[in-house]
Amino acid sequence: MSTAATTHSTPTTHHARRRARTAAAFLLPFALLFAVAYLAPIGYTLYQSLFKMHRDGLGLSAPTKVFAGLGNYSDALHDPVFRSSLLRVLLIGVVQVPVMLGLALGLALLLDAKGTLFKRFFRLAFFLPYALPGVVGALMWSYLVAPGLSPITSAAHALGLHLDLTSGPMLAPTIGNMLTWGWTGYNMLIIYSALQAIPPELAEAARMDGCSALGIAWHVKIPIVRPALVLTTVFSIIGTAQLYNEPAVLQHVAPNLSSNYTPIFAAYNAVNDNNFGYAATESVILAALAFVLSFGFLKLVGRRGAAL
Amino acid sequence: MTTLQSTRTAPTRPATPARRPAPAHPSRWLTLGVLGIVSVYFLAPVWWLLVSTTKSNSALFSGNGFWFSGRFALLSNLHDVFTRQGAIYPRWLLNTALYAVGGAAVSTLVSALAGYALAKYAFRGRETVFNIVLAAVLVPQPLLAVPLYLLFSPVHLVNTYWGVLIPSMVSPFGVYLARIYAAASVPDELIEAGRVDGAGEVRIFATIGLRLMSPALVTVFLFQFVGIWSNYLLPALMLADDKLQPVTVGLVGWQAQRGIGDAVPFSIVITAAAVSVVPLIVMFLSLQRFWRSGLSAGSVK
Repeated sequence: MSTAATTHSTPTTHHARRRARTAAAFLLPFALLFAVAYLAPIGYTLYQSLFKMHRDGLGLSAPTKVFAGLGNYSDALHDPVFRSSLLRVLLIGVVQVPVMLGLALGLALLLDAKGTLFKRFFRLAFFLPYALPGVVGALMWSYLVAPGLSPITSAAHALGLHLDLTSGPMLAPTIGNMLTWGWTGYNMLIIYSALQAIPPELAEAARMDGCSALGIAWHVKIPIVRPALVLTTVFSIIGTAQLYNEPAVLQHVAPNLSSNYTPIFAAYNAVNDNNFGYAATESVILAALAFVLSFGFLKLVGRRGAAL
Repeated sequence: MTTLQSTRTAPTRPATPARRPAPAHPSRWLTLGVLGIVSVYFLAPVWWLLVSTTKSNSALFSGNGFWFSGRFALLSNLHDVFTRQGAIYPRWLLNTALYAVGGAAVSTLVSALAGYALAKYAFRGRETVFNIVLAAVLVPQPLLAVPLYLLFSPVHLVNTYWGVLIPSMVSPFGVYLARIYAAASVPDELIEAGRVDGAGEVRIFATIGLRLMSPALVTVFLFQFVGIWSNYLLPALMLADDKLQPVTVGLVGWQAQRGIGDAVPFSIVITAAAVSVVPLIVMFLSLQRFWRSGLSAGSVK
């Protein structure tokens, strides 16, 4: 990427310095807002996570803040409630992300295939859920699965089946379904855009060589859109780590949904208990895990995927 | 970057000449069948929502959820939505509009300035700044919500408009998009010509840069607007006062009453939810081109 200063011959140092100042001025508003909305909260959270609120035995005087070192971290990592929330989200992610991305890839390939009819309609239909705010989608699904209201439950009932989508064992699949419904179209569109960038001659040449449509998809198209698949996977891992909206909304029709269902729930509850140090610690652990998992995935798929 | 440009200039791939016969019919019908079934999965819930806005609360509990039944109650539902609880619903919509328009407008301008500076000026540490921006793109907003609350709480920004507006004014993705677009579409020669003519750097940015970057800026605005409109966790944490809440938080507050006793009936929550997405659907349909250019920019990262 060439720039003004590098392509044009011998800019005087005076000019160069003045332009650097202009660039700094242009960057300043972003830098200030970035400091307030990103750096400061992250730094303050790291700092807060090192303190505990100390209450005296009777709870008569106001609690005092005391330095606790890594005490909160050891508490959180030994906290069975927080640990099970992490595990729950991990399990949902391990099942839901591959299902969703497999569906997104399949749909993108079908839409990209030659001779598919009504492409425009299908693209819009698949992408529509993404246009709804996550909370509104979750609210809609909460009613679609709520006992009494649910057309799914009543259809199952008509077939003689007893189905309660808000019962304990069905909660994770119900939430997985909400996520898949909401995000498949978004991922499909990213993959589809990458497919559209493949020169048509490439698929045409493979077809001339007697490659079937399935063969073209497997041997030509999927390898080329690998970076898009890696990207959507990383986005999905990060997205699953921050799972909150869907269970929070579902909880209002599924009273047996634990109020510590996901790690963000747990942090939110700690905030409500004015236990800021613990909320900070839980946020840091969650962010660190999301980071490790996404970078672990990038390492796993190797430099070929990560390079792009 | 090539994708960004190619989808912009040629939204659909030109059809290849029909030299070869169309694929065999069975596979074409199979494809259509699969896509049809999947689109029912994606569309049926929305259809259910639309049908349900026309039903009275009691009609929701009987008959086929996917078809109209009972008296046509849409107008009375709408009336109830907009008058319930001292007409707080229109206020929620206005709050959302304020957060989304204000936040997206400021973040678009800020992103344009920063992206232009990163693309068109050489200075020490430029790559470092850009790498920080790229890393920040991957930091999810909900993960920042609790930290932002912890930070804003002691400085009394919690439960104010600013508590939601300030974080909404920053978009690392916007800076990223503005930079790649400025690098690709603002020629150095034009900037140099402006300098030769004696125009100041700010003037060159405002007259040449902003104009040439405008398609990307629409995309930045759109993504930020939709992001703020859809945001739930941050405003839910920040705003305890329901007069300041955006519509997403207000809606979930109504839903949380579970329709028991004097609580807001399901029919009202459903209609309110449907009304709240109308502006988004309109934007989504009218600005499709910009959606795709933003998403394809994401895919070439």
